[in-house]
Amino acid sequence: MSSETGDAAPSGPKFSFLILQTSVGRKYLVAITGLLSCGFLLGHLAGNLLLLMGPDSFNSYAHKLTSTSLIYVAEAILGVIFLVHLGLALKLNWENKMARPQKYVKKKTFGPGENIFSSTMPYTGIAILVFLVLHLTQFKFGSVYMTQVEGVEMRDVYRTVIEFFKNIWSLVWYCVAMSLLAMHLAHGVQSSFQSLGIRSKQIGQWLKCGSRIFAFGVPAGFIFLSIWCHLQ
Amino acid sequence: MNNSNKNNMTIHLKVWRQASNKEKGKMESYTLSDVSPDMSFLEMLDQLNLKLMKEKIEPVSFDHDCREGICGMCSLMINGHAHGPQLLTTTCQLHMREYKDGDEIVIEPWRSRAFPVVKDLVVDRSAFDKIMAAGGFVSVNTGSAPDANGTAIAKVVADEAMDAAQCIGCGACVAACENGSAMLFVAAKVSQLSLLPQGQPEAASRVKSMVAKMDEMGFGNCTNHSECMAACPKGISVEHIARMNRDFLKSSLLQ
Repeated sequence: MSSETGDAAPSGPKFSFLILQTSVGRKYLVAITGLLSCGFLLGHLAGNLLLLMGPDSFNSYAHKLTSTSLIYVAEAILGVIFLVHLGLALKLNWENKMARPQKYVKKKTFGPGENIFSSTMPYTGIAILVFLVLHLTQFKFGSVYMTQVEGVEMRDVYRTVIEFFKNIWSLVWYCVAMSLLAMHLAHGVQSSFQSLGIRSKQIGQWLKCGSRIFAFGVPAGFIFLSIWCHLQ
Repeated sequence: MNNSNKNNMTIHLKVWRQASNKEKGKMESYTLSDVSPDMSFLEMLDQLNLKLMKEKIEPVSFDHDCREGICGMCSLMINGHAHGPQLLTTTCQLHMREYKDGDEIVIEPWRSRAFPVVKDLVVDRSAFDKIMAAGGFVSVNTGSAPDANGTAIAKVVADEAMDAAQCIGCGACVAACENGSAMLFVAAKVSQLSLLPQGQPEAASRVKSMVAKMDEMGFGNCTNHSECMAACPKGISVEHIARMNRDFLKSSLLQ
């Protein structure tokens, strides 16, 4: 060994953007885009709660939201977030399949993080993608009615929403999709904190508890609103 | 080995047989009688091999060394559990008293693209050595030994580093992980050094180099199911994975 200190120092990748070429770096991106999507969900739920205030409040909110050109920027950013999350998750999943070409004849699972939520992540993720596409066609690109609120002509999204949820099968489909979303979030949210290195012995249980409350609370909020709409 | 008594059992084994990495393998069934409950699992395999040799059948190859649970050489996926059903136990410390007369035991090698089968139940775990060579060390000048208490280290930090340092590199984490990920192994090796002052000078380059080598070796990605922690015979916590993720982010963004 050389007498000069540090001669044998390992040389890692030197540029910070190379982080995305590593498995750990890609997991960061999946976690960050997942958490950002959760932020969107929270905002979406807050907006939807205006349904309870009646058609004028909800329609005015929807009109304000869509009449600014910033909505296109926001939609583009959201699109990129979803695509990065989906694309990287699929890539990681494919790499995971490749990492064990020969399967076990007998394999049992008993990890504390192993449950129906964690083992179905790819499937619930794909289901959410299908839901997202249908959701956009059913509401954003769904039937258009017009109304006037305080003399301003605007889309009557309230009517579109109520009409949709009046159909029992639409309601059932929506509740199933929200349950799948809850399953995805039940593992995804707390897993994000682990991937980003935020989890530690001190706050681990708090993070898990908070993540579960969010994971079940937000979809429950959406389900509550859909049932409320059905009963109108 | 003539220790026949009324407690001895008959065990039905299904063992993975593969002549070499180039050839295809398959499960073979063997029935072994007169298995003492006091035998270790590896002694049971020794008895199987004696029987096979008497029958002019090639004995089953399996890895073992210290047989004291500290060297990390033994492996084996036993009835779907890495190192068998007993928690915090290596295969060599598993005893046949865990089983009862007439039980069927399925024995397979670790399955991972990064751990190719050498023969039967023996796999090549040198991918771990390559990860260690990429950064799992501290560079120190040779010379006289420093004073033992010259560098003060808090007890909690020393304990945490010791927890990580318990890793014997057996590969159960990879074998148990549904993705064949080596994150727990690498995280333990990174943590044991990064927690201590001696590991600080190379902390940033170490974590980057070891993660890069881990990826290169073809291990899968962590999906936070904690199968590795449950299978680890030393009970190493996935909190070390969170620490490595933190260290990797810090080193990649700041240095």
